[in-house]
Amino acid sequence: MGGIFNSSIARKVAMALSGLFLVIFLLLHFIINFTSVFSADVFNEYSHFMGTNVLIQFLLQPILILGVILHFVLGFVLEYRNRSARPINYVRFNGSANSSWMSRNMIYSGLVILAFLGLHFYDFWIPEVVHKYIESHPDDPFRYYHETVAKFESPVRTGLYVLSFVLLSLHLYHGFSSSFQSMGWANKYAKGLRGFTVAYAILIPLGFIFIALYHYFNNV
Amino acid sequence: MNLTLKIWRQKNATTKGKLQTYPISDVSPDMSFLEMLDVLNEELIEKGEEPVVFDHDCREGICGTCSLQINGEPHGPDRAITTCQLHMRMFKDGDTITIEPFRAAAFPVIKDLMVNRDSFERIQQAGGYVSVNTSGNTQDANSIPVQKNNADDAFDAATCIGCGACVAACKNASAMLFTAAKVSQFALLPQGKVEATRRVLAMVEQMDKEGFGNCTNTGACEIECPKGISLDNIARMNREYLSASMK
Repeated sequence: MGGIFNSSIARKVAMALSGLFLVIFLLLHFIINFTSVFSADVFNEYSHFMGTNVLIQFLLQPILILGVILHFVLGFVLEYRNRSARPINYVRFNGSANSSWMSRNMIYSGLVILAFLGLHFYDFWIPEVVHKYIESHPDDPFRYYHETVAKFESPVRTGLYVLSFVLLSLHLYHGFSSSFQSMGWANKYAKGLRGFTVAYAILIPLGFIFIALYHYFNNV
Repeated sequence: MNLTLKIWRQKNATTKGKLQTYPISDVSPDMSFLEMLDVLNEELIEKGEEPVVFDHDCREGICGTCSLQINGEPHGPDRAITTCQLHMRMFKDGDTITIEPFRAAAFPVIKDLMVNRDSFERIQQAGGYVSVNTSGNTQDANSIPVQKNNADDAFDAATCIGCGACVAACKNASAMLFTAAKVSQFALLPQGKVEATRRVLAMVEQMDKEGFGNCTNTGACEIECPKGISLDNIARMNREYLSASMK
């Protein structure tokens, strides 16, 4: 492949677009999860809709999974290429003098998030697929709430969730605003946008942490 | 001031190098960093040792020849200066200073601290020019109206001296800031717009071919750039490149 498909800028833009797509998904996921804090019924209703709607299950879900795969595969490609661009490292490299920890360690925060996704799939997605499509249980629109809440009985799992969301926050802190820069956004709104992305990067993961801790302490 | 210098010594491009320690005494705080290295080299020559090879030319911060990664930062710890403008008063008596060459696959070491930055020349040659007939009847550039803010931005971009600090500072050894400055200085002006599409595609292609890393927007380049070239130039180049790719 040549031209745009093999260019560094095209890879940046693909990284940015898939990242933005995941940022939007994260907001949706947060809103649905947050309903579990104040109403089991609303949470069940939304979950049932998401889990049974044909369009969501067989169109949006595969797109989401492909988006995630594209994002981390591109992340690995970027990391590999960038490491080969400096075959002999500096003996002394003072990265903190000119850039944020978050921006220099996207691969590590990304790897933690990837590991978390593994746990998350093991906890929810795989049991859900087995329940619906392999064991073919009859529809039960009221099972979601206590299935979810039960997962947060374990302090270890709750701790892992909290830790992952801290890393997600650090990943978003750089990644969300960086995606606009990659797509060429530099105008008078850039500063305001940066503020918005930072707020998002802090508040949404904090919200997820709140939900996990809320259910953990409710279970105790 | 008495200092300990840890300097990268490497015979040539093919041999392995290593840091070597040199004590240096009675360094004046008013010396420039390169003058301090000159003193060291005189001492080495007197002792019959090989002097340290490093790049330098104008010694007034405009030619882009001097380089050096000093204590982990290109052009040392000060901001908006080149190594020749760095003064020893930035350091304290007793300091240990690590001096390495700019490191990138696209900047191979020639000897000691001197690296080959021809890859920048090749990026420039790929499209960093305007095709103007200079036969004598060329239109006066001042007769073409240019918006003041565009003229200012183009001038800011054109202040890039191509020293390679952006590559050296970047954890990915990316040359995006240099290429973006060179693309921007023309893209913003009417004379440069004529060849804008071909230029950005050719320069980015050459940049990738040279083996520079991919930009991840850490912003280190902008901070370390002796001329303060803004990251906005990278955003502009991304826009230029995307729209040129669709044509």
